[in-house]
Amino acid sequence: MQPIDVCEVQAALNRFANQDVYIHLETTNGAYASHHNEGFFSAGAYIRNGLIRFHRGKITGNRPYRVGLKLDFGWVYAEGLTDWEMTEKGQLLLAGHDNEGRLAVALQLSHEPF
Amino acid sequence: MERHILVVFPHPDDEAFGVSGTLAQHAENGTPITYACLTLGEMGRNMGVPPFANRETLPLIRKKELEEACKAIGIGDLRLLGYRDKTVEFEDEELLADRIGEIIAEINPSLVITFYPGYSVHPDHDACGAAVIRALKRLPKDKRPTVHCVAFSKNCEQDLGKPDVIRDVSAVIDKKLAAIQAHRSQTEGLMKAAAKRGGDALEWLKTELFWTYKWED
Ligand SMILES: [Zn+2]
Repeated sequence: MQPIDVCEVQAALNRFANQDVYIHLETTNGAYASHHNEGFFSAGAYIRNGLIRFHRGKITGNRPYRVGLKLDFGWVYAEGLTDWEMTEKGQLLLAGHDNEGRLAVALQLSHEPF
Repeated sequence: MERHILVVFPHPDDEAFGVSGTLAQHAENGTPITYACLTLGEMGRNMGVPPFANRETLPLIRKKELEEACKAIGIGDLRLLGYRDKTVEFEDEELLADRIGEIIAEINPSLVITFYPGYSVHPDHDACGAAVIRALKRLPKDKRPTVHCVAFSKNCEQDLGKPDVIRDVSAVIDKKLAAIQAHRSQTEGLMKAAAKRGGDALEWLKTELFWTYKWED
């Protein structure tokens, strides 16, 4: 992956708009967060291959970035995004890595199931 | 005296700590106030202490709290614009400015109060302030109302200088406290902690600070 380029990510988001797309969305503190830091309340969420359709996708912020997708009846968004990649299969991968390089959030879009 | 004041904030309770004293004073002077609140704070993390709201009941509870706060302040015209908390920055900027522009055209305010775009920490705050400025920029410069902005980012004084409007609101502090307390789901824990600390823990509420927006063009 490489550091997010806002213009390129915006262009990629536009290419996924107004059609059914598969989404992977994940946030995590890691399974060991509460083990390493006892007062820490660990929480996370994960969706794999949810099928959505959005009519507007937008990237905002300034390192880390935020991405919001406006659906007909709702929203998808992710905060803390730092890196991106377009795979050979045409999947858009966005991720947020913390200061130690660990994944904290992922938002991915694909025309085919992941 | 102002002719009509328009307040535009994204969250119920944005008005409470920073501007409710100023608004209460204007209301006492008989100035009509319109408050356009963009969202119902649906994504708030405070659910009451102990929790009495959940993710699905929170918007309705916050709507009632906001109506109660408006009553305490003397705001007669509350407009709920129906956007969703934490998504304002992802909306189409022109369409958002259209909505705010319609209200400006309708009520013709002499003073607008909002967040200073870029200096208000929460993305919804910055996007809200930016939309208000965008809407007002469509008017010729000499037709634009005064804009008093709230700012609280760490770099706001460094970039914007000292706030140029400093209001002592101690005369209406009871109304301000009532407005804050009306937002019970969001403020009860905070106010209890302040009461426990005692002394002058609430002294800062007696002053409200604004930066007059400076137009470049
Ligand atoms: Zn707010």
